Amino acid sequence: MEPGVIIREYTIPANDFVVAGEASSSVRKLLNQMGVAPAVVKRTSIAMYEAEINAVIHGHGGRAHVEIDSEKIVIRISDDGPGIPNVELAMQEGWSTAPDSVREMGFGAGMGLPNIKRHADAFHLDTEQGRGTTVNIIVHFR
Amino acid sequence: MGQEYFHSVTLDKDKCKGCTNCIKHCPTEAIRVRNGKAEITRERCIDCGECIRVCPYHAKKAVSDPFEMIGSYRYKIALPAPSLYGQFNPSFGREKILRALLHIGFDDVFEVAAAAEVVSDAPRRYLESHEVRKPVISTACPAVVRLVQVRFPNLIENLIHIDTPMEVAAGMARRRAAERTGIPAGEIGCFFLSPCAAKVTSVKAPFGKEKSEVDAVFAMKDIHLLLLEQLKKMNGMPSEEKHLMAGPAGVLWACTGGESAFLEKGRHIAVHGIANIIAILEETVEERLEDVDFIEALSCLEGCLGGPLTVENPFVAKTNLQAVIESAEASDFDPDCLVADPSELEWTREMPYIPVLKLDDDRMKALEKLQRIDVIEADLPGLDCGACGAPSCRALAEDIVRGFAKETDCVFKLREKVSDLAQRFGDLT
Ligand SMILES: Nc1ncnc2c1ncn2[C@@H]1O[C@H](COP(=O)(O)OP(=O)(O)OP(=O)(O)O)[C@@H](O)[C@H]1O
Ligand code: SF4
Ligand code: SF4
Ligand SMILES: [Mg+2]
Repeated sequence: MEPGVIIREYTIPANDFVVAGEASSSVRKLLNQMGVAPAVVKRTSIAMYEAEINAVIHGHGGRAHVEIDSEKIVIRISDDGPGIPNVELAMQEGWSTAPDSVREMGFGAGMGLPNIKRHADAFHLDTEQGRGTTVNIIVHFR
Repeated sequence: MGQEYFHSVTLDKDKCKGCTNCIKHCPTEAIRVRNGKAEITRERCIDCGECIRVCPYHAKKAVSDPFEMIGSYRYKIALPAPSLYGQFNPSFGREKILRALLHIGFDDVFEVAAAAEVVSDAPRRYLESHEVRKPVISTACPAVVRLVQVRFPNLIENLIHIDTPMEVAAGMARRRAAERTGIPAGEIGCFFLSPCAAKVTSVKAPFGKEKSEVDAVFAMKDIHLLLLEQLKKMNGMPSEEKHLMAGPAGVLWACTGGESAFLEKGRHIAVHGIANIIAILEETVEERLEDVDFIEALSCLEGCLGGPLTVENPFVAKTNLQAVIESAEASDFDPDCLVADPSELEWTREMPYIPVLKLDDDRMKALEKLQRIDVIEADLPGLDCGACGAPSCRALAEDIVRGFAKETDCVFKLREKVSDLAQRFGDLT
């Protein structure tokens, strides 16, 4: 175990919206136990949830790797899905390729990635067509 | 006892057998069994009463005021929660229940259901006049308010900062009585007839205001027999004065969906049962319910009809109440004569976050504690059996790090240690 770092791994199953919610909720609990400011906890869990849901819907499922130290949280969500062909387009508000079935569930507004960017202090997207996508999120505690 | 940590829910030590049934049902993990008896951590308890419902030995109880307290006031007003009407066979009728209250010692009755009608107009006005964060969350159930306060700091802003029907009823009833009788307000007692512990606590340790308008809280189950006997005596007696004030909509507040039924526009959720509420609040924090305008949340299953201080089975009570609602006429009571300005209904005090989960004020130390919790948890069997007195292995690990428990509280760890010792002892001889 590394000194001063809490590490968590979560599996994100494909097409399971419930489990994705559990991972961000358990991270939220950890941050509350650390006494991180509520507003920061909220930004973190929204960003994490959006990235997880993208892995569920667009990435055929994947995994979340979370590292927390006393100053920040680093979240890495990766999948082995189709990748994002045009990142610039994907980052635009309102752009979505979500199928109708998913839209009926209330997803697919094309707001997820822009929201992650807005709520994170640092955001980085790695994607390769046919190989998968990794979203890196950093939120500082102050 | 600090007012902040007053709780109606308490333990009857003599009855507690230390069976650990309650520890897993507490939504805030407030209960531990130590030295064979349950203990409630005051800061964590939200007075939901889940533990009262699950204890097979009835060792958890809700403390309310003794009925004798009625004698300490010159003019006594009963404030029946609408759930009271569900406690009796509908053949008695609501009017008769109200009259029976006058026979058992009250001088006046004021239906909390009538105040509910006043309050229910408030969310609409509130949504129009304030910069509010949606979804707006109802504050009618004090257990839900406390849950938000200790577990969902980000939702404190979503709580509607409006007094409960109980508070509003007490204020209006006292004013009306003072006007009618000329008796000074201080000599008028307002007594809430409560379905639950949470309401008792919200009177003794109010939120959103300095002091409650209610003077004492009587448990429905404590006055039930008295009322029932009176009702039976009254059968056939002609009805005199009319006491009904509330229309069907106000009475409906006793059930889930009653409060949100008022908001014609928008999308509302009516959720009941503490576990269901937690699930909805989790979604709310993550902004997954952004299209929802209003969340009505009642801690008890089936709303206040399922309150831990009620007598009747909630499903029977629901049928009883349905009959009351069907025969109710539209409200003829004009609240404007009693509430001058709707802003009077608003909270006068902000609600602070109570971070009961926080491990340490120093974030670095909290992190170290979290790490130690991880290490200890990894070494525990992971069965969440509860034999240690904590609701899960993780909770025991937390208690150990907080200094409230030791590893050998785990029966498996204890056994390892004992066999280790035996081994060493054997090696010695
Ligand atoms: N992990 C991923 N794998 C493949 N494609 C992705 C992934 N994440 C996002 N995308 C693509 O980027 C688009 C935009 O993503 P974004 O999260 O902004 O919106 P959305 O998921 O479609 O809708 P919303 O997040 O509002 O429910 C998606 O429609 C999808 O085409
Ligand atoms: S009343 Fe509710 S919060 Fe309090 S100890 Fe019992 S179950 Fe826990
Ligand atoms: S739902 Fe009603 S009876 Fe139950 S705790 Fe809340 S206010 Fe009390
Ligand atoms: Mg998305």
